[in-house]
Amino acid sequence: MHSSALSLIELGALFFGLGVLGRLAGRLGISPVPLYLLGGLAFGTGGLVPLEGIEPFTGIASEVGVVLLLLLLGLEYSASDLVGGLRRSWLAGLVDMVLNAAPGAITALILGWGPLGALAMAGVTWVSSSGIVAKLLEELGRLGNRETPAVLSVLVMEDLAMALYLPITTAALAALGLAAGLRTVGIALALLVVVLVVALRFGRVVSAVVESPSSEVFLLRVFGIALLVAGIASQLQVSAGVGAFLLGIAISEDTAESATRVLAPLRDLFAAVFFVVFGLNTDPRQIPAVLPAAIALAVVSTATKIAAGWFAARQIGVGRLGRWRAGAVLVARGEFSIVIAGLALTTGSVDPGLAPLATTYVLLMAVLGPVAARVVEPVHGAVMRRLRPSPP
Amino acid sequence: MTRLPGIGTKQEFDTASGRRIGVLTHRDGHRELLVSAREDPDACSASVALSDAEGQALGTLLGAPNLVAQLQDQQREVEGISTAQFPVGVGSPYDGRTLGDTAMRTRTSTSIVAVVRDHVVSPSPGPDFVFRAGDLVVVVGTGEGLGQAAAILEGG
Repeated sequence: MHSSALSLIELGALFFGLGVLGRLAGRLGISPVPLYLLGGLAFGTGGLVPLEGIEPFTGIASEVGVVLLLLLLGLEYSASDLVGGLRRSWLAGLVDMVLNAAPGAITALILGWGPLGALAMAGVTWVSSSGIVAKLLEELGRLGNRETPAVLSVLVMEDLAMALYLPITTAALAALGLAAGLRTVGIALALLVVVLVVALRFGRVVSAVVESPSSEVFLLRVFGIALLVAGIASQLQVSAGVGAFLLGIAISEDTAESATRVLAPLRDLFAAVFFVVFGLNTDPRQIPAVLPAAIALAVVSTATKIAAGWFAARQIGVGRLGRWRAGAVLVARGEFSIVIAGLALTTGSVDPGLAPLATTYVLLMAVLGPVAARVVEPVHGAVMRRLRPSPP
Repeated sequence: MTRLPGIGTKQEFDTASGRRIGVLTHRDGHRELLVSAREDPDACSASVALSDAEGQALGTLLGAPNLVAQLQDQQREVEGISTAQFPVGVGSPYDGRTLGDTAMRTRTSTSIVAVVRDHVVSPSPGPDFVFRAGDLVVVVGTGEGLGQAAAILEGG
């Protein structure tokens, strides 16, 4: 068969298959991300059917997927959200980081993956999936709850911290040496400050560059600028995703909303490719070996995440049950853990065992998270009745 | 007002009975009415999505009974002026006709300041406002004028 015809057929089958998986995820009421990963695992390296000839497309498409994921995340937040969140909830963010980065880092050290592996795994277990959490809050009707601002501020802090974590990790993984590493981190920090100041003072200017009454022109401009910024950030070793995230923050609210509208379908498409490619490059035959570690990690990091959410909710004076709810809803890990693992793996300087571990971990957590969020209230009620047989 | 990053804003207050009540405005503009749960004040027992019209209707339901009282309050200082509300009954000659047709101001020197229909207030209706049976017409004027106005709305 003609090679481009074969590629088209493979891609078509791939996307159609993803569509089927996405529908299944919708039926089950879970995030499609774990199913995309499973889909990727089923094919590719060590899978049922190795896909060939689509790498030129999937390679660049998954890069674009990461850029769009982070761009849309940045668009969600305005600079004032971030600055306000930083001011109010830096302590909750810090507790969240310490508690949840530790399990991943310690596991990596026990497995003998060295400080680089520890750095990457710390990120994998640290960051909650803002996509899954936001959806859970909406579905469970908890948007108006008093603990919800605490939950959201933990997410905001994590995403903001990513703007520093990703460049640090990129620099460390690229083995740039201390001086070059510090320079990269300096650039990232300076960029972050500049973007926040620009967005707060001159947000309209950034928006004016991309704005257009024609939605076609608007789409091309936003997409073009996102890739330009991502490419330049990548050249500066700040990581492409961080560039896109900062651009998203800098675009002011009205424009951000229309940009989200036009880019969301593209994000869904390219991000799906990213998750599948991650699955494709993971050898499912290595999963049984890392399964015990993944399960242990899932148990421990569920507990640490609940503790972090509990603390954040207590900070704003929420009652006991509300604190547990805040902790449980944050348990889900997802897209960001895969982004971090993907970043670490592309440099080739971490143990390849990280791919199956991260995949298994995210598969577990993306399913466990929504379950935890749903059962927390009945479980809390049962425990309370056990402790206090006759309520006061 | 509480900002909910990525979602919108929330405005709420605690009622005297200990419940929390508020409105969540999503970034796309649609609104939700929030009522806290009785057993857990941190949680919501109800969050009801409201369209613009529904939000307005709810606002009127809560605000409309105050309207006449407010108007009466405002006119207390003006000697001889009072406010009254009259229904447009079934069989009224003005059921289906416009406010202009009543020539209310010319004939009675009173002013129609509002019409309440299905609990929605139309303030300062214009001369082309069409009455329907069941409307409640809020009229301001002298005692004598108000009497004439009631008669007109009833019998033409």
